[in-house]
Amino acid sequence: MGNKTSLYQAHLDSGAKVVDFGGWDMPLHYGSQLEEHHFVRKSSGMFDVSHMTIVDVEGPDSRPFLRYLLANDVDKLTIEGKALYSGMLNEEGKVLDDLIVYRMPQDYRLVVNCATREKDLAWMAKQAQRFNVTLVEKPELAMIAVQGPEAIDKVKACRSEDAQLIESLSVFQGKERGGWMYCRTGYTGEDGLEILVPEADAVAFWKQLEAAGVHPCGLGSRDTLRLEAGMNLYGSDMDESVTPLESNMAWTVALDGARDFIGKRALLAQKEAGLCMRLKGLVLESRGVLRGHQKVIVTTESGELAGEITSGTFSPTLGYSVALARVPTEVGDACEVEIRGKRVQVSVVAPPFVRNGQRVYK
Amino acid sequence: MSNIPGELKYLSSHEWVRIEDDGETATVGITFHAQSLLGDVVFVELPEVGANIAAGDEAGVVESVKAASDIFAPISGEVIAINEELEDSPETVNSEPYEDGWFFKLKISDKDELAALMDADAYAEVCEADAH
Repeated sequence: MGNKTSLYQAHLDSGAKVVDFGGWDMPLHYGSQLEEHHFVRKSSGMFDVSHMTIVDVEGPDSRPFLRYLLANDVDKLTIEGKALYSGMLNEEGKVLDDLIVYRMPQDYRLVVNCATREKDLAWMAKQAQRFNVTLVEKPELAMIAVQGPEAIDKVKACRSEDAQLIESLSVFQGKERGGWMYCRTGYTGEDGLEILVPEADAVAFWKQLEAAGVHPCGLGSRDTLRLEAGMNLYGSDMDESVTPLESNMAWTVALDGARDFIGKRALLAQKEAGLCMRLKGLVLESRGVLRGHQKVIVTTESGELAGEITSGTFSPTLGYSVALARVPTEVGDACEVEIRGKRVQVSVVAPPFVRNGQRVYK
Repeated sequence: MSNIPGELKYLSSHEWVRIEDDGETATVGITFHAQSLLGDVVFVELPEVGANIAAGDEAGVVESVKAASDIFAPISGEVIAINEELEDSPETVNSEPYEDGWFFKLKISDKDELAALMDADAYAEVCEADAH
């Protein structure tokens, strides 16, 4: 038996099919993963993401510590509550994890992946030794992501006392009030909130949202939604074997300027030498489903080069299959994928595939 | 727990077979248990009408959001019909696996092969073992 979030019983009450995810017993779906996907694209859905690890970075050195720890630069966070997506790299520039950092009124708050929790905490503690900072894990907070075009209105209706605060949030900003934190972030490509809730209030809030018509959604639809939105999944699309430059994450690396950060030297060297592989989007408009680990074949003048799908799925919004794949940089606008022994032609595009309910790739 | 009609025959790979009233035709699909393991079905690839397939052959593929799975021919025979509705409505495999979610029909070539198929009780034990 794995760890259970405070919402575990509520999931069972809603008919969840539960699976192990990074040591946690989490809902895969509550009946139909496809329906849950469409709820988020068309109205609203909610996910229990309490398994994610929340860590506060406190102390006088929290800013220089994070500027050294993360590939993105927390100095971009000039407004209180603003959030930043970043990779946390090792000295070789490889990705230890991806995370979100919030600029809190005092200091910073990080949200990192659950499967990498122990590795992340150990790495951060090690790096923190040279700095006057304290790392405080916040297991007493549950986390509920409410996503979709109607999500914010539904949350405002359920939490009328905080409606004004919620309304004041810009995209990628979070604010705390009375122990609750409302963040206008997500992993679906839709507008919505990720809400950090005191554990004692989580079940009542979940049931209140459910009564308001917010559909419970599991990890299955979370994966199809994030993949349509072109968002990487740690452990599938990037890990300690690749750098952010090879993972469609160059935009999250602040390489300019004098700031030093862990992995910077390696990334500068890789940039200088030129990239061999890149993470791109693939689209298969005919029948068949692109899936993780399928072989990608790129034909060049000098022969065939191999790549690999890192995540693939049927896209419920588009009605055909999409994937993220690590492919040789020589790739043009088409290549082949080997699906169950047969080669099929696919288009190569820049992710994302879907945003706010609509196809966005070209 | 699962829905396993008593009048059908089964394979341990979760296909079902219905011997039609004429005694010559067999209809094939996947079980309630199979569709629930697969989750939402999004594509079904079926054999061609007129094809002769042997028991144990791969006769098609069912793809869900989660996974792809081969469909095996439970018995030998000529494919005399395929369920073309599944092209537009693959979700029927989830909602009505034993009725409108059928895959293909065979003209049975060797009735002796029927004896090798499982009855509902034997198949229920397979599902039971799967669950543990």
